[in-house]
Amino acid sequence: MVVETRSAQFDSISLDSGATLAPVEIAYETYGHLNAARSNAILVTHAFTGDAHAAGISHESGKPGWWDNMIGPGKAFDTDRYFVICSNVLGGCQGTTGPGSTNPATGRPYAMSFPVITIRDMVRLQRMLVCSLGIERLLAVAGGSMGGMQALEWAVSYPEMVLAVLPIATTWRHSAQQIAFNEVGRQAIMADPDWADGNYYDSKPPGRGLAIARMVGHITYMSDESMREKFGRRLREKETFGFDFGVDFEVESYLRYRGNQFVSRFDANSYLYITKAEDYFDLTNGSGRLADAFRDVGTRFLVISFTSDWLYPSYQSQEIVRVLRRMNGDVAYCDLQSNYGHDAFLVDVAEQTEIVRGFLDSTARMGRTSPNKGAA
Amino acid sequence: MSVPETKQSAGTVPAAKLADRPDFHIIGEIVEAGSRVLDLGCGEGELLAWLVQNKNVVARGVEISALKVRKAIARGVSAYQGDLDEGLADYPDRAFDYVILSQTLQETRAPLHVLREMLRVGRRAIVSFPNFGHWTVRGTMLFTGQAPKTKLFPYDWYNSPNIHFLSINDFEDLCRDSGFPIARRYFLSGSSRIAVMPNLLAQTAVFLLG
Repeated sequence: MVVETRSAQFDSISLDSGATLAPVEIAYETYGHLNAARSNAILVTHAFTGDAHAAGISHESGKPGWWDNMIGPGKAFDTDRYFVICSNVLGGCQGTTGPGSTNPATGRPYAMSFPVITIRDMVRLQRMLVCSLGIERLLAVAGGSMGGMQALEWAVSYPEMVLAVLPIATTWRHSAQQIAFNEVGRQAIMADPDWADGNYYDSKPPGRGLAIARMVGHITYMSDESMREKFGRRLREKETFGFDFGVDFEVESYLRYRGNQFVSRFDANSYLYITKAEDYFDLTNGSGRLADAFRDVGTRFLVISFTSDWLYPSYQSQEIVRVLRRMNGDVAYCDLQSNYGHDAFLVDVAEQTEIVRGFLDSTARMGRTSPNKGAA
Repeated sequence: MSVPETKQSAGTVPAAKLADRPDFHIIGEIVEAGSRVLDLGCGEGELLAWLVQNKNVVARGVEISALKVRKAIARGVSAYQGDLDEGLADYPDRAFDYVILSQTLQETRAPLHVLREMLRVGRRAIVSFPNFGHWTVRGTMLFTGQAPKTKLFPYDWYNSPNIHFLSINDFEDLCRDSGFPIARRYFLSGSSRIAVMPNLLAQTAVFLLG
């Protein structure tokens, strides 16, 4: 399945900060076919550094999508049955308007004059895209990590537009630990002299800072066990220690490789803006009362967490599930066994496939018998 | 509002079948169409899936085993992986028409608490359990002098999930002493109903409380 990234433009978008972006562009891909009733559309929302290319083989790069193991004919998100949409988030750097985009007022990249954005802003733009595709109601919104935050935001902001949401390996608000890791990443970028207050678009990007930020990120995506299995204390192409500060261990080599590879595909300023959006994310707007946030939500939920995920630990998913149960909402939940840490939602897909398929199938059946069936 | 048809070429779920559990058939008879049902220890969701398809119930399940919860969700049941006791505490009063505890009472740590909670969150409770007073159990104990291992209680004493052993008479006593109103009783040997001497002859009992 060869796919192409497309783009939609809108005149403007109002943001939570009070600022307005005009115009705004959003990159997206679609897989499968929208049925005549326009009732089989599923929006897949990507994690922090993901993009619109979720499935199939990219026409431009020849690479498979980031969730290609979950989306396609016969897969969890079965494109023989469903019309799947994935778009790049607002503030991103892979086709959607972000700090690297040209500010029409100046003819130069926004850089740090780009307004601070939120998860809700990302979802607002996604809604504009979905409406422009002629879809009044989505069968489901599904995503892991930051994609899960967007799925939750959909349920709260536009409950009438979504029959079911699948928040995976995510949280209803960023915790101190999650904010802390993001801040380390931001500081690494901003401490790089090449960052130059964000104005590096005509010169050398802050590659060292961005690579270090990515290295920290990768540590948080794995687990103690998966790192032990993957690297242990193995040395990199040597029999004994080098007694210097070159690469000794495999794990060092891996992190450096991942960091450097990331620099070629990601914009440092987008890193700053998107992590800030994650850190601001709180479904309750600071009240901590999740039940209030879910008050008007009649959406079905399938919440999934992974046992070895310490970046978005299972208890954060269970808090969501518990509140929904207290409200007698329609929620299914499973804590899937995995050793892969936070990365599990991307790599450990066999069990996810089993439950996502069943959940979507029953949601589609419910959608036919009782549209907009709310919480009992 | 007209309801759109979704293309159903692949992945159509086969009709749910009730597993070969006679108490399921009784429960299927008891539950009225359109009820709100909570199944505690829902296993792989067979009963709930059947009730959804045949009685159009609003179904929720709680199950401690990750594997079974996965199977239940794959079946389309809104099942939650969690401990039965804490699961119940989350629900508001009278959230359900029926709260079902099928063949699990003998495995709960605090059966009295579970029963009280069931009657709090449910208008009615349906409880089924294997009868420890059955003659095969009595006979095994009498003739071997060992912890009974029978068709009904197939486990060795050291790996049995059953931590309480109760007969039909024990349950009747508990309901009387605790003020749980018994609406109906069903006594089964295999899938046949037992009318006389249930505490000796019934393998399984199903009680409708409330």
